[in-house]
Amino acid sequence: MIPEIGQFSLILAFCFAIVQGTVPLVGVWRNIATLSNLAVPAARAQFVFIVLAFICLDYSFYANDFSVLYVASNSNSHLPLAYRLAALWGGHEGSMMLWVSILAVWTMAVTLFAKSLPETFRIRLISVMGMVSIGFLAFIIFTSNPFERLIPAALDGRDLNPLLQDPGMVFHPPVLYMGYVGFSVAFAFAIAALLDGRLDITWARWTRPWTTVAWVFLTLGIAFGSKWAYYELGWGGWWFWDAVENASFMPWLVGTALIHSLAVTEKRDAFKVWTVLLSICAFSLSLLGTFLVRSGVLTSVHAFATDPRRGVFILLYLVIVIGGALLLFAWRAPKVGLGEKFDVVSRESMLLTNNVVLVAAAGSVLLGTMYPLLMDALGAGKISVGPPYFDSVFVAIMAPGLFLMGLGPLAKWKKASLPEIGLRLRVAAVISLVSALLVPLIMGKLTVMTAVGVFLGIWVASTSLILLINRIKTRQAATPNFLENIKGIPLAFYGMLLAHLGIGVFILGVTLVKGFESEQDLRMEVNDVAKVGNLSFLFKGVQEIAGPNYMSSQGTFSVSSNGKEITVLKPEKRFYPVQGSVMTEADIEPGVFRDEYVSLGEPLENGAWSVRIYIKPFVQWIWAGAIIMALGGILALSDRRYRIVNKKLAKDTQDAQEVFEA
Amino acid sequence: MSRMVKFLIPLALFLIAVGFLFKGLYLDPHEVPSPLVGKLAPTFQAPILGGAGKTFNSADMKGQVWLLNVWASWCGACRDEHPVLMAMEKTGQIATYGLDYKDTDAEAQAVLDANGNPYKVVATDADGKIGIDYGVYGVPETYVIDKTGVIRYKQIGPITDEVLLTKIVPLLKELQ
Repeated sequence: MIPEIGQFSLILAFCFAIVQGTVPLVGVWRNIATLSNLAVPAARAQFVFIVLAFICLDYSFYANDFSVLYVASNSNSHLPLAYRLAALWGGHEGSMMLWVSILAVWTMAVTLFAKSLPETFRIRLISVMGMVSIGFLAFIIFTSNPFERLIPAALDGRDLNPLLQDPGMVFHPPVLYMGYVGFSVAFAFAIAALLDGRLDITWARWTRPWTTVAWVFLTLGIAFGSKWAYYELGWGGWWFWDAVENASFMPWLVGTALIHSLAVTEKRDAFKVWTVLLSICAFSLSLLGTFLVRSGVLTSVHAFATDPRRGVFILLYLVIVIGGALLLFAWRAPKVGLGEKFDVVSRESMLLTNNVVLVAAAGSVLLGTMYPLLMDALGAGKISVGPPYFDSVFVAIMAPGLFLMGLGPLAKWKKASLPEIGLRLRVAAVISLVSALLVPLIMGKLTVMTAVGVFLGIWVASTSLILLINRIKTRQAATPNFLENIKGIPLAFYGMLLAHLGIGVFILGVTLVKGFESEQDLRMEVNDVAKVGNLSFLFKGVQEIAGPNYMSSQGTFSVSSNGKEITVLKPEKRFYPVQGSVMTEADIEPGVFRDEYVSLGEPLENGAWSVRIYIKPFVQWIWAGAIIMALGGILALSDRRYRIVNKKLAKDTQDAQEVFEA
Repeated sequence: MSRMVKFLIPLALFLIAVGFLFKGLYLDPHEVPSPLVGKLAPTFQAPILGGAGKTFNSADMKGQVWLLNVWASWCGACRDEHPVLMAMEKTGQIATYGLDYKDTDAEAQAVLDANGNPYKVVATDADGKIGIDYGVYGVPETYVIDKTGVIRYKQIGPITDEVLLTKIVPLLKELQ
């Protein structure tokens, strides 16, 4: 009964999506208020029924209803409750459910919080989001129905892939989807603006907070995923340039470019066409990511099912949504105009370079991700483009951009002077150069890559701090009231500083872990001691323990430094009988300056085991950096000018101007 | 009008991408003729993985039929191919030599320790120079080299059971 209610709700939601995606547009076009007023109620009704369908599906997981094919394929009665509930998005059909549910959440948020927009614009916006939803609901209903019955019912389920049985599974997919589905709002804003023919600073100001929220979620989602891979996959890596990781990273890069170009559009009424194109691209890349993952054209650890029918469906959908959007862009964008002029050396030109760098980086990732597919389509065989390509190309593109990150915020709008910027940044330059030499030497070895990495990391961080000091000094010169001056600086400015600081922390983490990690693969018998770096790892043996739905061999390692025990690590090798699979659970002692990481390999003769031991200096800085970036985004969102949008627009614009005057 | 054309560029790029994606939906791994097939295999000397400084010289292979399998620890398709190589090694019909392409010794060794080692010897090609001589498009690739040192077959992408049975095994019989 419950699954049928779910199925029926999904069909109703589909009907409401059709109404929401078409009728109000006709209403706005023909100026019939009764039709255009349907947008909000239809969107909310769609939301209610999608939520209902979602609850029905999750209830089937909760109740172990193995007469539902999807539940039987992805869950098991011995699976702990939290994982049963999260198993909803453990397979193809459920991930699509999560996708539309999150789209419905965003649409609902737009109907609730975008009240200050002009009526026709708001109706178009909601309607465009309805159109996006139609395609995904049709995809679920016609090709990937999660409520399909299995008759006769299975006695027990085939279990959730053990790789996914981890707390990461509960948080990572929803947060990540909140991010990349969130770009649908910016996309809808762009389409609505193109339909409207209205593209100005108010448009940019409406779009900005929505884009930032999506970006914050995406940043956190990617960071969670990376952290999860780090401890779960047992290789100690944190980023693999896997097709699916790339699928989330490309929207992030373009989304980051979008945030910056929106700033220019809002402040200077420039970059308008470019901003619209980026809004379209960010969401298009999210959709492309979905296609790559769901159609199975690329092999990846994240791929679920390969069914050409599904692939064709999503591709058709891509053509309609992205192709339609780009066609509309080609038709309407030429009328928008280019906006204000600016000098070669100016804040605008720096931000333009930033945009070019980020988009080029996204392009290089796209090329690397699609290259195996291109080669295959051209008849050159299936191949794999690995980290060597991404590491060299991506880093080479990003490095100059990171250097400019230090200069950009200090440059004045319209026309800036390079000598003046140089003068202000000489302290940062000295600090960065000295650290670039000293830090690698202290860590043990100076190489070009580590020196460049440390330089860029410290450069980005120190220029941010100098920017703040400069800002306070200017204010002090006018009115010498330190506390008031600190309070007076807009939160958006602090947000930007914090986000940039996060990038610096991230770069330092990446550089130091790449340059100075040590690892050993050994055969260890009980009471053997392994020396890695200046630490000793004593292997105390392995015991068998039973988990809720697995058996585990748990090793015990005592880690000591100079004869003093600092921690005990218990890595496991788990056997999941339902799927007959073995999982490696590494054990990690995280620290600010280094992680100790032990994972068990295979049992060997005489009670010996093959063991991998890593020492990963500063690896936590990678995720700390991402979290700091996200906090910066949140801080920028709290800026008062987004809370009082449209109320005191005139005064507001003045404040906004001040945000970027250093 | 020319203004309009500029604004159509994104759409055009997108449609080209769609064409490839569409074709990609219907593709399977398959072989391609290589200009090197039928020619002498380039000779090379390279350090042996875990060989404590010893080197592998491909010239020493004259007089036997052998397989050169280009792989790397970072390559996902190689992990798919690995069980097939292991099965081949068990039959003892053919000597498979590995070329570890653009990889670090530690990571490559870890993969072999964890999953088993199907190779007689693994030569390392950390900077990918040997790969250039062999015209490696990507990883994995496998070359069948005969007693006179001529490349007789090249497999781009993983060796599947099907490729093994229909292409490689018959070829080996013929060569030996």
